[in-house]
Amino acid sequence: MNKYEDYLSWGRYPRLYPKGVINFHWINEQLGMEDINGTILPYAYGKSYGDSCLNDNGTLIDTKRLNHIVSFDRKNSILKCEAGITIDKILKLIVPENYFLPVTPGTKHISIGGAIANDVHGKNHHIAGTFGCYINELELLRSDGEKIICNNEQNKEFFSATIGGMGLTGIITKAEFKLKKIQSQYIDTEYIKFDNIDEFFEINKESEANFEYTVAWIDCSFKYGSNTRGIYIRGNHIDTKPDKWNSKQEMMIPVPFELSLINLFTINAFNTLYYNMQISKLARKLTHYNSFFYPLDCVTDWYKAYGKKGFLQYQFVIPFENGKFALSEILKVIYESGKKSFMTVLKTFGDIKSPGLMSFPRKGITLAIDFSMDGPDTFKLLDELDEIVRSVGGGLYPAKDARMKPEDFKRFYPQWVNFAKFIDPKFSSSFWRRVTK
Amino acid sequence: MKTILIIGAGSAIAQETARLFAKDGFSFYLSDLSGERLKIIADDLIAYGAKNVFYQEMDANNFEQHQAILNDAINKLKRIDFVLIAYGTLPNQEQILNDTLLIAKEFSTNATSVILLSSLIANYFEKIGDGRLAVISSVAGDRGRQSNYIYGSAKGAVSLFLQGLRNRFGPTNIKIITIKPCLVDTPMTAHLSKYFLYTKPEQIGIGIYNAINKGKDVVYLPFYWRCIMTLIKLIPERIFKKMRL
Repeated sequence: MNKYEDYLSWGRYPRLYPKGVINFHWINEQLGMEDINGTILPYAYGKSYGDSCLNDNGTLIDTKRLNHIVSFDRKNSILKCEAGITIDKILKLIVPENYFLPVTPGTKHISIGGAIANDVHGKNHHIAGTFGCYINELELLRSDGEKIICNNEQNKEFFSATIGGMGLTGIITKAEFKLKKIQSQYIDTEYIKFDNIDEFFEINKESEANFEYTVAWIDCSFKYGSNTRGIYIRGNHIDTKPDKWNSKQEMMIPVPFELSLINLFTINAFNTLYYNMQISKLARKLTHYNSFFYPLDCVTDWYKAYGKKGFLQYQFVIPFENGKFALSEILKVIYESGKKSFMTVLKTFGDIKSPGLMSFPRKGITLAIDFSMDGPDTFKLLDELDEIVRSVGGGLYPAKDARMKPEDFKRFYPQWVNFAKFIDPKFSSSFWRRVTK
Repeated sequence: MKTILIIGAGSAIAQETARLFAKDGFSFYLSDLSGERLKIIADDLIAYGAKNVFYQEMDANNFEQHQAILNDAINKLKRIDFVLIAYGTLPNQEQILNDTLLIAKEFSTNATSVILLSSLIANYFEKIGDGRLAVISSVAGDRGRQSNYIYGSAKGAVSLFLQGLRNRFGPTNIKIITIKPCLVDTPMTAHLSKYFLYTKPEQIGIGIYNAINKGKDVVYLPFYWRCIMTLIKLIPERIFKKMRL
């Protein structure tokens, strides 16, 4: 076993190891990055799915210990912290005091630095945009030891390049961002079953006007194509006075070792069960924020259920124009391939622009799918999907990618040439080397 | 208003414990080797809800400084309710085995200085008739092992000393709490490869916070290490001495 087994990505594919890891214990310590031979990349919790957080044969700087809060301005709802702190740790501090993150991704076990470097989005993208939209200021540490403070006025270009910059512009050491006020830690949630893509878009149109959070789960055990069925989930924070903060530890189900639990049988069983557990067309309940936003966090290390080979995530966005047709085509191609995704998530993005130069979200339809890594077959299917995404002018999400072709990356992100000027001369990643080949 | 003095406040475990007391609105006096680090920790604790945070750089091996630091803490906090001694070093034993001065230094850091500080604090608590002293010892102090007996014997000395103190204050309000963490994923163990028995400092922090609030005697963290160590201590010496541990 490689001694850097803990420094892989969430999908456990590709298994690319660094030649060394440096622990960044204190924000004021001298890292001596000038003296490191080869390339450098910051790394915290490794929750990116593919190779954007990997640096094979280079050095990773582990930032997990940079977990201090610098200031918490309760009056103006502003938090300033070191960038290795997790969303989990922030929520444990702010939720009991009735604050929440303006945008949160689907896991809370990521660092704030990672949230910025991938300009993460959440279930409220249609009205809130990405996490990057809420950042006031960043502190960037470059390999020559220079500290760059950047915001919308000062070093604006570095600010823009760092948001969604995949950790390549330097180490994000500190970040200041806005929080939102909430009244309760519960979400008033509605679940609506839909039987085809047209129905999804009808519900979605109505929901986006009235609900802060919207997302849909697709039943992939069932027929794909325009007859795809699923459950639409939408919710709002409730306004009532908060209950007493429940400090009870969440239940955690560990997956003890890498064991292939996910196969066509379990995928079908899980998806059929999930769809049929809800009998009525519409269900409504109060959901704790943990189960609403982070449903999978209760299974620690769930990637292990895919076995040693790991898995691939595939998330694309396609414009609304021709989008419905392209989506049906994609679902049809997947169905015909016989491959199935354990968890398939569908959502629409709004048109709020992020300050991030390389941000993934853009107005349109986004779908996230996961496939166990079965070698050439899996790649062949994804290549076919690429073709459809490309034909309608869509794009893929680097944080979830391990196989996008260089020409596609350059097509999806034509601004990459401009972005490259802001990359730290010593920084690189396995992803970056692959897509700029 | 409740107050706590933390010596070795920069340790990952101490920081996690301190954050929990900060949420309860405690006032702090922190000491550690590095003043710059203390500033970072002080800001963090204020954000978490601490009322006041005072701090002072200190090298615990500078014994003459102990009384002055304690006096300053009493002065700033008016009264000290809780004390947590959390610093320590984990030497690579093979590297220091042939250097008796280094062994002496390790023993001073992990045992002598802790015993001296504990003595001063015990006297202060005796004077005010109340107080809780928690010291981070280690499971390594429960039995001597070839790989780790310099660190282990220092921690063992601390455990035994605290046992004596606890006995001295037996019938009183003063509580002496021995904390015995197992393997924790902290900067102290950063050079060792981690396996499933490792625990996160957050978890240990919760354990120490609870142990201080409840006024426990000896706490193993996580709790199941009490069973593991009981079994290890039961192994007869003639067998144990042949084991590679």
